[in-house]
Amino acid sequence: MKPVYLRPKSLTGTVTHYCPGCTHGIAHRLVAEIIDELDMQGKTIGVASVGCSVFAYNYFDVDFQQAAHGRAPAVATGIKRVHPDKVVFAYQGDGDLASIGAAEIVHAAARRENITVIFLNNAIYGMTGGQMAPTTLPGQKTTTSPFGRDTAGQGYPLRMSELLSTVEGAYYIARCSLHNAANIARAKRAIRQAFSNQIQGKGFSMVELLSTCPTNWRMTPGKALEWVEKEMIPVYPLGEFKIGEGE
Amino acid sequence: MSEPILMKGNEAIAEAAVRAGCKFFFGYPITPQNEIPEYMSRRLQEVGGVFVQAESEVSSINMVYGASGAGGRVMTSSSSPGISLMLEGISYIAGAELPCVIVNISRGGPGLGGIQPSQADYFQATKGGGHGDYKLIVYGPSSVQEACDLMVKAFDVADKYRNPVMILGDGMIGQMMEPVVFPGVTSESPALEKPWATCGNEGREPNLITSIHLDPEVLDAHNWKLYEKYKAMERDEVMYESYYEDDSEWFLVAYGTVARICISVMEKMRKEGTKVGLIRPITLWPFPKAAFDEVVDSAKGFLCVEMSTGQMIEDVKLAVEGKTPVYFYGRTGGAVPIPRNIEERVLDMISGKVPVVTDYFDNIHGGGGA
Repeated sequence: MKPVYLRPKSLTGTVTHYCPGCTHGIAHRLVAEIIDELDMQGKTIGVASVGCSVFAYNYFDVDFQQAAHGRAPAVATGIKRVHPDKVVFAYQGDGDLASIGAAEIVHAAARRENITVIFLNNAIYGMTGGQMAPTTLPGQKTTTSPFGRDTAGQGYPLRMSELLSTVEGAYYIARCSLHNAANIARAKRAIRQAFSNQIQGKGFSMVELLSTCPTNWRMTPGKALEWVEKEMIPVYPLGEFKIGEGE
Repeated sequence: MSEPILMKGNEAIAEAAVRAGCKFFFGYPITPQNEIPEYMSRRLQEVGGVFVQAESEVSSINMVYGASGAGGRVMTSSSSPGISLMLEGISYIAGAELPCVIVNISRGGPGLGGIQPSQADYFQATKGGGHGDYKLIVYGPSSVQEACDLMVKAFDVADKYRNPVMILGDGMIGQMMEPVVFPGVTSESPALEKPWATCGNEGREPNLITSIHLDPEVLDAHNWKLYEKYKAMERDEVMYESYYEDDSEWFLVAYGTVARICISVMEKMRKEGTKVGLIRPITLWPFPKAAFDEVVDSAKGFLCVEMSTGQMIEDVKLAVEGKTPVYFYGRTGGAVPIPRNIEERVLDMISGKVPVVTDYFDNIHGGGGA
C-alpha cells in the first residue's frame, strides 16, 4: 500500500485548538506542505501573531517567534536581517494585520522586506470573541456591531491586498479563498509563489486567504463556507493583485 | 590605549556599540539622539552590520525583538516620548528573555515636553514602565567616557542575563563633546553561542521565542524565575561611586550630568570647610542601597538633586529607611541646577531651613529659584 495523504513533516501533529469548521487548519497545512516541498523545514523561522493563530508555533515543526499584536512584520524584519539566507514568514489574522498592525505591514512592503506573509481574513476578531474587525462586511453583526456594521459610523471594510498592491516595494500580492477544493488548490499555488519569491530574493510577498469563523459568525461550518463564497468574495475579489517584474 | 578623541556623546555611544560587536540597529528619528542612528547608518555598513530606519519606535523595538531572538547583537536608541512607545515591546523582550541594549537620551516631558536635558524618565526606566513584573538593568552615565564604557558592558550584561539593558543618558550626555578613549579590547562575549536563538532548526528540535504562558502555574513559575534573575542582578551588578564617605555628615545624591555639577559644589564647599560627601548611583536599577548602608548611621542628611520633580529620591528614602532626613532640590523641563543654587540648598539643609521631604508634595519646595 502506498500512502497518498500524510501529515506534512513541517507540522508537529499536535491537535489544534481551532474550532470545528475553522479554515486555519487548512492554511497551516498548505504552508507546511510548501515548506516541505521546497525542502526548507530546517531553514524556516515563523512568526506567530496575536489572535487565534497565537499558538501557531505548537503546530509548525520549525523555529518560531511569537510577536506582539500587529508587530509580526517588524519581528520578521528583525529575524530576516540577521538571517538573510533563511526563510522567514509571518502568519497573521485580519485584526492583527489590517488594524493594529496596519503600519507594520505597509512599511514592510514599502521596504521590499524579503519575507512572506500569510494573511487570514475571516472578517472578525476570533480569539477575543467575535468583535468587529476592519474587514467586517457592511451590515455584518458582531459583538461590537450588534445591529450590523453601520458604514455611517463604523466605516467600510479595508481591502489590504488592493491597498498593498499600490505599494511600489511589494513584489507579490494575491487573495485566495479556502472555501472549496478548487480554491484551496489555487491558494496553495499562491503560497508556493510567495515562498519561492523569498528564496529567490524577490522581496515582499503576501497571500491573503479568505477564511471562516463559524463560531463567531454563529453558523454551521457548511453555512460558513457558503457565506465566504456568497458574501465575502463579492467584497474581497480573488486574484493576483501584483506580480513583480525583474529583480 | 589609543589617544583620546574629541567626540559628541551620541556619536561616541554609537562607536562604542560598534566596538562592542553590535551588528544590528533599528531606530526612528527623535531629538536629541539623532546622531546615534545617523552614525550607525554609515558605520554599520563598514563592519557588515545592518541599519534599518523603522516606521516608528513601536516597529523599531519589535525589530529588535526579532533580531535578538534570531541571535543578533542588537540595539536601538530613542528619547523619552519614543521610549514610551517602545514600552510594550520592552515588556515582551523582558518576558521572552531576550538580550538587547536600549539607549534613552532623555528629554523633558510629559507629553511632547521639550528637547533639553531632563531626568524625568527615572521612574519609567527603573520601575518597569511597561506592563508586568520585569526589570531592566539601567545605567546612568555622567560623562561621555563613562557612557562609552557602559555601552560595552551593557551588551555583555544583557547577554549574561538574557535581559534588556538601558543606558539612561540625558540630553547633555548626548549633545556635549568630550575626549574619549576607546579601549583596545572591548566586549567579553560578542560571539557568544546562543543555542536558544531561532535560526532554523536544522538537526535539532525547534526553538521558540515567546512571552505567552496561559497556564497560571507556568506563568507563576516563569515570573519567579525572572525574579531570581533580578535578585542576582541586585547582588552582582550594582555600581556606584561614593565621595568622602569617611568624614562627611552631609551627602549630595545625584546621577548623570547632575552628579558632575554636584561634585563641583562638593569640592568648593569642602575647600571652604564644609564636610560634604556625595553618592553617585551608576546603576539606577539595581539601586545601590549598599552605598547608603555604609554612611547612614553617621550621616545627618542627604540632599537628592535631580532634573525632575523628585523621582530617584523615593529610592534614596527607601535606602535610608527613615534613619536620616532626606532633602530635595530639582529643576525640570531642560532647566539645569546651577552650582550656586545647590550650594545654597546644602547650607539651608545644614542650618535646618529646608523642610525634610516627608511626602511627595514637599518636593515642590525644592524647585524654582534659579
